[in-house]
Amino acid sequence: MSISDFTIHELSSKLQNREISAVEAASEMLSHIEATNPKVNSFITVTPEQAIADATAADKHIAAGTASPLTGIPVAVKDIFLTEGIRTTCGSRILENFIPPYSATSWEKLKRQGVTLLGKLNQDEFAMGSSNESSAAGLCRNPWNTERIPGGSSGGSAAAIAARQATATLGTDTGGSIRQPASHCSCVGLKPTYGRVSRYGVIAYASSLDQVGPITRDVTDCSIMLAAIAGYDPKDSTSVDTPVPDYLAALGNGVKGMRIGLPKEYFIAGLHPDVQKSMDEAIAVYRGLGAEFVEVSLPHTDYAVATYYLIATAEASSNLARYEGVRFGHRSENAEGLIDMMTRSRSEGFGTEVKRRIMLGTYALSSGYYDAYYVKAQKARTLIMHDFIKTFADVDLLLTPVAPTPAFKIGEKVNDPLQMYLSDIFTIPVNLAGTCAMSLPAGFSADGLPIGLQLIGKPFGEEAVLRAGYAFEQATEWHTRKADI
Amino acid sequence: MKYQAVIGLEVHIQLKTNTKIFCGCSTQFGAEPNSQTCPVCLGLPGALPVLNKKVAEFAIMAGLATNCTIAERSIFARKNYFYPDLPKGYQISQYEDPICLKGWLDIQVEGEEQKRIGLTRIHIEEDAGKLVHGDAPGLEDGSGVDLNRACTPLLEAVSEPDLRSSDEAVAYLKKLHQIVTWLGICDGNMEEGSFRCDANVSVMPVGSDTFGTRAEIKNVNSFRFVKLAIEHEIERQIDLIEDGGKVVQETRLFDPNSGKTRSMRGKEEAHDYRYFPDPDLVPLVINSQWVERVRQGLPELPETRRARFMEQYALPVYDAEVLTASRALAEYVEAAIALHNNPKAVSNWTMGEITRGLNDNSIAIEVCPVTPPLLAGLIRLIDSGTISGKIAKTVFDEMWKSGKDAETIVKEQGLLQVSDTGAIEAIIDEIMGANAGQVEEYRGGKDKVLGFFVGQVMKASKGKANPAVVNELLLSKLKG
Repeated sequence: MSISDFTIHELSSKLQNREISAVEAASEMLSHIEATNPKVNSFITVTPEQAIADATAADKHIAAGTASPLTGIPVAVKDIFLTEGIRTTCGSRILENFIPPYSATSWEKLKRQGVTLLGKLNQDEFAMGSSNESSAAGLCRNPWNTERIPGGSSGGSAAAIAARQATATLGTDTGGSIRQPASHCSCVGLKPTYGRVSRYGVIAYASSLDQVGPITRDVTDCSIMLAAIAGYDPKDSTSVDTPVPDYLAALGNGVKGMRIGLPKEYFIAGLHPDVQKSMDEAIAVYRGLGAEFVEVSLPHTDYAVATYYLIATAEASSNLARYEGVRFGHRSENAEGLIDMMTRSRSEGFGTEVKRRIMLGTYALSSGYYDAYYVKAQKARTLIMHDFIKTFADVDLLLTPVAPTPAFKIGEKVNDPLQMYLSDIFTIPVNLAGTCAMSLPAGFSADGLPIGLQLIGKPFGEEAVLRAGYAFEQATEWHTRKADI
Repeated sequence: MKYQAVIGLEVHIQLKTNTKIFCGCSTQFGAEPNSQTCPVCLGLPGALPVLNKKVAEFAIMAGLATNCTIAERSIFARKNYFYPDLPKGYQISQYEDPICLKGWLDIQVEGEEQKRIGLTRIHIEEDAGKLVHGDAPGLEDGSGVDLNRACTPLLEAVSEPDLRSSDEAVAYLKKLHQIVTWLGICDGNMEEGSFRCDANVSVMPVGSDTFGTRAEIKNVNSFRFVKLAIEHEIERQIDLIEDGGKVVQETRLFDPNSGKTRSMRGKEEAHDYRYFPDPDLVPLVINSQWVERVRQGLPELPETRRARFMEQYALPVYDAEVLTASRALAEYVEAAIALHNNPKAVSNWTMGEITRGLNDNSIAIEVCPVTPPLLAGLIRLIDSGTISGKIAKTVFDEMWKSGKDAETIVKEQGLLQVSDTGAIEAIIDEIMGANAGQVEEYRGGKDKVLGFFVGQVMKASKGKANPAVVNELLLSKLKG
């Protein structure tokens, strides 16, 4: 087993025992990235000098006995996280050369734990997409099958884990952008409850839905990462001041007596038979572990995708107004006058999907349409939220597929945005409800593509989600499989 | 046909907080361009706003002082439009649910009855930066953006269309100005834009109850300009209608040089601001305890203080009104009265010599060289008969110059009033001796000559003789 195969907890003990130095770990990861990135394109920017500097500092902490479980762990973060002094593009041409003067709180927290930064990861432009095909840095490939998409928008964050290019990564999830790629790449991906992790310094797509979360090799690593990034941030008014539990401590408590709901709206006719099969097997595993299943209903599920594409695009149309070439980012060189400069800078800087969503959102907020679209979508969102609240009065968790199908082919849905949007049908409601959910490896399709399982928890119920995920992981071996890249 | 104007005002009040509304940057005016900025007020990617609590508190103060209801829950909204001085591409404001609702102010136009003007709402918002054009250093012939002012807290107070003349508009504006400066939440500096106003003006035939189409006049930055701009606009609209034209809904700009308004943009060019609740900010929740705490901390407001000045100090309404024009002036007067209990004298001196001195030197009451203890000391000397009123003026001028107290000045310059009858009698005798003819005239029944003698005696005593004693002695001596 090479260094790149280790989980955080495995590598951490080897670092603490001085079997491996942090600099060694960093160097091996860097050469592995160099060898594999041309095939996967999961990294937009690799930061070798930063990595060696971080690792050198980590080794000193380890020697001094001042290390944390994350000290010296080689990580990479989605290019949506502002990293002071390190280029941050958000997968867009408009930020092609943007070097941020400050760092995101979540990244800052990891840094304080002494992690080693390997680089910045590929993503759909401004996190808008489900396939990582809208990136200005080029598409990212699925390490399990390089003709397939890795999922999106945090495609690079999942592909880097599957290709063993980083021990852990950070992504963001607005409508499934952590869970769907984690599912397609056989990783563990958690979208925490809205407000659990600070959004400060994370480039906004849809502010009321965006949430930061980890993508890792297993549930233990996911708990370690979540513990490091969670918590109230006075710089983010929407972060919630509630204590962060000891996620690791509760992991081994099992699922005996847990009531798990199966929402009937998530087990639909269109579900890929291999996905259905994996779900059936997972349910059997949980039954064997002593969990109890009940069928539940989330009656407003049908409205989730439409609701999401109104709210998310409305917020995005406003969030992306700041990219006009005045203070930073791409500025058109052919412009005449102010309005022309702004218009051209935006026309040249944004890609097709981003423009599409800005137009959709602008329309939804326009005078005369606001009530029919934005206000109605907010009402639907409330109903969807209530579906979850009602259901959680009766069950501890929900179990659903992450995506209706395994990873689709590159190019397959590029010209059919509606089909593309529907691939997030099972993940979007969780963002609208603001609660937490995790994707974890639950099998493979007949043609060898990973299939993920989604566990949805109550708001701030990450502990239960992680515990149930850990129990499943202990009973199965899906998470130990390795992509051949 | 006779026309009636209908006017509503939107006033922007810059709040006197030390830091900006959504970040910790300083709000100080006049600093090096872009030196008071951070990721939040620069609108950098990933930056998030966090509300400065002081802003909410100031808004509650303004709301309570203008008889508004304070909303338990108010919402920040984004007003979306592109302009280079607007870093995020939207302004954070309040739209559907503002912090203060349905208040009123009583105004008084001279010679008219007191009138109550409704306040529709007061909401919180952030200011934009400003553009610097042309010859600024480093710009050559381009334009620059200074974002020091971006994210400065503002209140916008919107009146009902209850105003019917430019005089009423000015009276309302002055009243609001007095209140916010009195509360200490705004410095009131109109030249620097700390208090600025947009006016909505329309006209309708007298007796009609249907308002005409309104024009909005932007950024009128002094009380005088407000009056001028509104009067011009009323005239323009009447002329237009009389000539068979129609007033169109538009935004107009007042040009102080020509005294006229000109069209800035029409209705069809009006922005669609696409307001929606800002998802980066949570609703502003204000419970009744918070409101009560602010209410307890409010200073005594001008109207209450005016009434108290009349009641407690028996001052005439005119005096009370003048002396409560600003909180600093009222504080000054009360401080002086507390040291020497002669309210009317304090009032007279403050409205007279003090005000003249301040105006002549263009300084504020806060830095008046004749402080309340100095003024009280001066009046005390007059009231005790130590100096005459005439000498007091001389002493006052000296106090203003040197800052010395009245007693010291009187001693140093030998200005004590002479009440010694012996000394005064000697002067009287001398003057009567030198003016035997006038003595005869008086004794012959010409009473007016008494004035001549008083004047002569005072002159001979260099103003120091006690006029009452002089009068009394003269009368008895002249009668022989």
